[in-house]
Amino acid sequence: MSSLPSAPAKVPIWRDVRVLRWLFQIAVLAVVGLIIYWIWGNYQTNIERSSVQTDLRFLDNPASFTIPGNDFDQSSPVRAAFVQGFLNTIQVALVGIFFATILGTIVGIARLSKNLVVKTIAAAYVEVIRNLPLLLLLTFMNLAVVLQTFPRIEDAWKPLDLFVISNRGLAIPWFEGSAGQLSLLVLAGIVLAVIVVRLERARADKVGRPSRALLLGTLALAIVPVVGWITLGYTWTLPFVDGRGTSGGLRLDPSFFALIVALVVYTSSHIAEIVRGSILAVPRGQGEAADALALSNSQKMRIIILPQAFRVAMPALGNQYLNLIKNSSLGATISYFELTQIAQITVGNGSPAVPAFTLTLLVYLAISLFTSLFVNYFNRRLALVER
Amino acid sequence: MITWLRRNLFRTWWDSIMTVVFGYVGLWVIWTVIEFVFVTGRWEIIQVNLKLLLVGRFPDELMWLVGASLTALAFWVAAVAGGSKIDLNNVQTIPQRLFDYTRRFGLIVALAALLIFLAADIAALLLAFQVLGAVVVGRLVGLARRKVSVLGAIPSIIWHPMLGSPAIALVLVTLMESTLEEWGGFLINFYMAIISIVLCFPLGVLLALGRRSSFPIIRLVTTTYIELIRGAPLFVLLLLAGVALEFFIPPSIAPDAIFRGVTVFTLFTAAYLAEIVRGGLQSIPKGQTEAGKALGLSTTKITYLITMPQALRNVIPAQIGQFISLFKDTTLAGAALNILDVLNVGTAITKQQDFLGQGLIYEALAFVALLFWVGSYVMSRESQRLEKRLGVGVR
Repeated sequence: MSSLPSAPAKVPIWRDVRVLRWLFQIAVLAVVGLIIYWIWGNYQTNIERSSVQTDLRFLDNPASFTIPGNDFDQSSPVRAAFVQGFLNTIQVALVGIFFATILGTIVGIARLSKNLVVKTIAAAYVEVIRNLPLLLLLTFMNLAVVLQTFPRIEDAWKPLDLFVISNRGLAIPWFEGSAGQLSLLVLAGIVLAVIVVRLERARADKVGRPSRALLLGTLALAIVPVVGWITLGYTWTLPFVDGRGTSGGLRLDPSFFALIVALVVYTSSHIAEIVRGSILAVPRGQGEAADALALSNSQKMRIIILPQAFRVAMPALGNQYLNLIKNSSLGATISYFELTQIAQITVGNGSPAVPAFTLTLLVYLAISLFTSLFVNYFNRRLALVER
Repeated sequence: MITWLRRNLFRTWWDSIMTVVFGYVGLWVIWTVIEFVFVTGRWEIIQVNLKLLLVGRFPDELMWLVGASLTALAFWVAAVAGGSKIDLNNVQTIPQRLFDYTRRFGLIVALAALLIFLAADIAALLLAFQVLGAVVVGRLVGLARRKVSVLGAIPSIIWHPMLGSPAIALVLVTLMESTLEEWGGFLINFYMAIISIVLCFPLGVLLALGRRSSFPIIRLVTTTYIELIRGAPLFVLLLLAGVALEFFIPPSIAPDAIFRGVTVFTLFTAAYLAEIVRGGLQSIPKGQTEAGKALGLSTTKITYLITMPQALRNVIPAQIGQFISLFKDTTLAGAALNILDVLNVGTAITKQQDFLGQGLIYEALAFVALLFWVGSYVMSRESQRLEKRLGVGVR
C-alpha cells in the first residue's frame, strides 16, 4: 500500500508562526525603543547646551512667591509650595465632587419628572451647559461674575447677614476652634452613625417595619460633633466687613469660588445625563413592583430605583470624578494656587521646566490611580452578587 | 385642556409648588436673556471686532484660502453623510424631509445668517452660498456612490481619503500660510479640532487594536501609553509642550504653537478614542471572528472586513462625543500656549481703547459661547439621531 504523504517536514523557521510573532513584537519594541532613545538623546544634548538642571534639587530653592490664604512665605522651599498646591487641588476636588454629585443627581432626577416645567428647565440646563467649553464657564465666572458683577468690599452684599459677598471673595459662617478636634468629632460622629444604621437595619428586619436608618444615621452624624463642640466650649462666627477685608467666618478666595462653581456646574450637567440614563436602565418592573407595594414616590425613588441606578452609574460617575480632578488644573488660568499654577510659577521663576512638569504629571497620575482604586472598590461593593 | 394641565403641572400640592417656583425662575431667566439680547446688550463691540473674533488678523489677500478650505470641508462632510447606508430618508415625503432638515441644521443656518448680518459684507453671503453648493454637490456624490456600482466598488479606505484629502490639504495650507501673529479667532479652534480629529482617528484605532492584540509586548506598550495619557490633565500636557518640547526634539524642527497644540490634542484624544474603539471591539460577538476563520480569512482580513467596521459603527455616538469634547478643549490651547483663539480674543477686545472699562465682558463671552454652543449642540443632536438610527442598545 502506498505510503501516506509523510507528516509535513519541519516548518522552515521563516514561516513558523511562533517565530514570526516574536520577531514582529521585537521589531515593534525596537521601534519604540529607538524613538525613546532618540528623544532621550535629544534631551541630553539639549540640556547640555542650555545647561539647565535635570534633577529635583530645585525643590529646595526658595520659592520667592506667596500663596494667598495661608502662612506660606517667600523663603519657604519650592517643595512646600508643591505640597500646598497639592492640598489645594485635593480641596477643590473633594468639594467639587461633593456638590457636583448632589446637583447632578437632582438635575438627573428632575429630567425624568412628570412635571412639565421641572422637566423642561432641567433639560435646558443640561443641554446648555454640556455644550459649552469648561474654560469659557470658568472665564465667565471669574471675569464676568466675580470681578465685574460682585460689588466692591465697601458695598458688599450681605444676604441675611450670614454671608459677605464681594469681589474680594465670599465669606461664610464657620466654626471657631482647632481643625484637629473638629475632625476627631466628625470621625466619632461617622462611627456612631455607622453603628446606629447597622442596629436600626437589624431591628427593622426583625420587626418587619420600614427602616428609618437614613434619618437616625443623619441625626447621629450631626449630634456628636454639635454636642462635642458645645461641651468643648467652642462657638461659631459670622463674617463681617472689617476695613478692606472681612473678619470672622471662613473666607473663600474669589478664584476658589469661581473655580468651584464652574467645575460643579459643568460636571453636574454630565452627571445628570449619567443619572438619567442609569435610572432609565433600571427595569420598569422594579418601579411597577414598588407601585404595587403602595410605596410613596419618594420611597420608590430612594429604596428601589436609586440604589440600582447607582450600581449602573458607578463606573461612569468615577470617570466624571477623574475628569473633575484633572479639570481642576484649569484653576491655573484664573490664578488659583493649585498644583498646575504652582508648577507654572516656579518654572517662570527659573525652576527647570521638564522635572517640574513631570513631577506635576506624576502627582496627577497618582491622584487618578488612587481615585480609580477607590471607585473600583465601591463598584465591587455595589455590584450585584451573582450566584 | 384642564386635564392636561392637571396631569402635567398640578398633579399634587407639592407639584403645584414646584410648577410655580420653577415656572417663575424659568420665566425670569428667559426674560433676562431677551432683555440682554435685544435691549441692554451693546453688540457694537461684536460688530466692530467680528473679523478678529472669527479669523484674527488673517491677511485679506489670503482670505480665499479660508473660503476654499471651508468649501472643501463642507463637500467632504456632506459626501460622507450622503454615502452612508444608515441614512434611510427615502421613505419620507418632501415636507417631512424639509422639516427634518430644518430641525437638524436650522441652528447652523441661523448662526450663519446672524454672522452674515453682523458682517454686512457681500463676500460673506457669497461664501455661504458657495458652502451650501458644496454641501449639495457632496451629497449627490455620496448618493452616486451608493447608486452607481463603479463608484461603489471603490473600497472605503481609498474613497474617504480621496474625498477628504483636498479639504485636509487646504486646511493645512491655511494653518501654515500665515504666521501666528496674524492668526486668531474661532477659525483656529475649528481647524485645530479638524486636523486633530483626522490625525487621531487612525492612531486611536491602531492603539485599540494593540491593546486587544494577542502579542504581549504590544499590549504592554499600548496599554502603558493609553493609561499614562488618560491619567494626565490636558492642560498640563499643553503647558509641557509649550515650554519643554524643544528639549525632546531637535530645536530646528520644533513646530510653532499651533502645531504643538495639534500634536498634543492628537496624542491625547487618540488614547481616549482607543478606549472607545476597544469597547466597540469588545461588543462584537465571538461568533463573528469564528465565522471569519471558518471562511479561511486571515486575521488582518477578519479585522478589516468583519470586526472593525461593526465596532466602529457601534461606537459612532461615543466617538462624536469625544470629538465634541476635543472641539471644546481647543480653548485650552489659547490659555496654555498663548494662541489668540476665540476665547482669548473675546476677553482681549473688552480691553480695547473704545470699550475699556464699560463692562462688555458679558457681550463678548456670550458671542463666544454662542459659537461653541451651536457647533457642539448640532453635533450632539446628530449623534443622538445616529444612535437611534443604529439602534444601539435596542438590539
